[in-house]
Amino acid sequence: MNRLSSIVEQIPKSGIRDFFEIVQSMENVISLGIGEPDFVTPWHIREAAIYALERGKTAYTSNLGLPRLRKAIAHYVSEKLGVSYDPRNEILVTVGVSEGIDLALRAVLNPGDEVLYHEPCYVSYAPTILLAGGLPKPIPTRLEDDFILFSSAIEKAITPRTRVLLLNFPTNPTGAILPRSELLKIAELCIAHDLLVITDEIYSELTYDQVEHHSIAALEGMKQRVILLHGVSKAFAMTGWRLGFACGPDDLIGGMMKIHQYAILCAPNMLQEAAIEALESGAPSLLKMRNQYAQRRDFVAKRCQELGLPFSFPRGAFYIFPSIAHLGFSSKEFAMQLLHKKKVALIPGTAFGESGEGFVRCSYATSMEKLHDAFSRIEEFLHERKS
Amino acid sequence: MDKLLELLQKKKRSSPAQLAAEVGLPEEEVLQKIGQWEKDGTILGYHAVLHHDYLDPNLVTAVIEVRVTPEREGGFDRIASRIARFEEVGSVYLMSGGYDLLVVVEGHSLREVAAFVATKLSTIDAVQSCATRFRLNTYKENGIFYVEDEVFERLSVAP
Repeated sequence: MNRLSSIVEQIPKSGIRDFFEIVQSMENVISLGIGEPDFVTPWHIREAAIYALERGKTAYTSNLGLPRLRKAIAHYVSEKLGVSYDPRNEILVTVGVSEGIDLALRAVLNPGDEVLYHEPCYVSYAPTILLAGGLPKPIPTRLEDDFILFSSAIEKAITPRTRVLLLNFPTNPTGAILPRSELLKIAELCIAHDLLVITDEIYSELTYDQVEHHSIAALEGMKQRVILLHGVSKAFAMTGWRLGFACGPDDLIGGMMKIHQYAILCAPNMLQEAAIEALESGAPSLLKMRNQYAQRRDFVAKRCQELGLPFSFPRGAFYIFPSIAHLGFSSKEFAMQLLHKKKVALIPGTAFGESGEGFVRCSYATSMEKLHDAFSRIEEFLHERKS
Repeated sequence: MDKLLELLQKKKRSSPAQLAAEVGLPEEEVLQKIGQWEKDGTILGYHAVLHHDYLDPNLVTAVIEVRVTPEREGGFDRIASRIARFEEVGSVYLMSGGYDLLVVVEGHSLREVAAFVATKLSTIDAVQSCATRFRLNTYKENGIFYVEDEVFERLSVAP
């Protein structure tokens, strides 16, 4: 007898997982396959968690999260994204954005409802939609369009069963952002077709070249139909803390809260205290890290250009997503051969959906020294292949 | 602060080429800027930050709080610079509060430092009193940790 549910059986293992096992078994690998900052959490934030422990902050908090943290989130979101939420009933503190996505989907989907999202995309979207009983409907985005999601493409994909549009800009793995003009058209479309929007804006603090991040939640008429997901992981180098938040109209947050209170109860108390410190006083640390990412991005973009790898200049997050299709490899073959011959780990684009075929994801959240070294090795690899 | 200056102050030895790559300027411009700073005194000098306990476990560092009588002409400046000239003296600061000058002195033994205080420093006319305190241990020196116990580990592949 099959002991697993049919949905779980149906979900493939993450492509990243297999690759991880191989990289793990090798020595002296330079990994550009890591989707998290290479900075340890700034000390003042860590110290805030230690202080919270010293004061005995070890009990449950309110299901929604500490009132002070919710206030800090309301203030932060209003400053950064230009939309105000009531900390009493429109903000929920979650265990990372990953929990937020799961809650949001489970709260709004009925079996068979379709969810539109752009691809290549973060690895969890399709499986999380399936687990929530929905049907994943990816919309491919293309290098030629700088991986922008066009409202026209969404419109074509809409069916009577479409309930939700899931957005992630800046995008992991492409580093794409969405121009405000396109965002406005998408908002109109969502209103016309009565779609809910779940927007994962975890990389919103990491945009470069003075490009401002715009949230769809801040556009006119959208707050009522948007669940905005964000957290401290990427901006403040706090990935392992697992602390995120969801903002939205009170009925949707209320629905998510029902699941959260039974499944999770609350995010860890002392970590919520540290998140207050991050949101209220983390700006200078963030700025320093962002400046470093920007320098590294310029470097990796220059190197990709020198090596003749077509790419879209990344405007956000900390990834570049060059094409390797012209070399006659599949993404996986390229990543495997590069790993075995030159000990550089990149993630095959197919880990981020079928439309990632022909690409590799290269994270530049790594020291300049390692980036230099890694790209020299990639250059050697390409050179040896030619001769 | 200028990005290049910040790197020069904080980073380990870097070649002009490495510095140029990090700040995104051509190498000649980096060299030219450094030359200018050296000339106008923005950059005073370069030195390695040594781990004294490995180098000389007997090294003694004294922090001396000195009260002095300021002079009508020049206030504390002349007397401070007189003290600073002794080669035993590493740093001299004019302070607010209960004393005037903070003098950092290094020596190879307690006796050597004591002799300096007794025979050189406290015998200067303008010096009213010295309170000498000795370093017991060092945790951070010029922005660099003596013992780096922090290991930051990431998985080799992550989504």
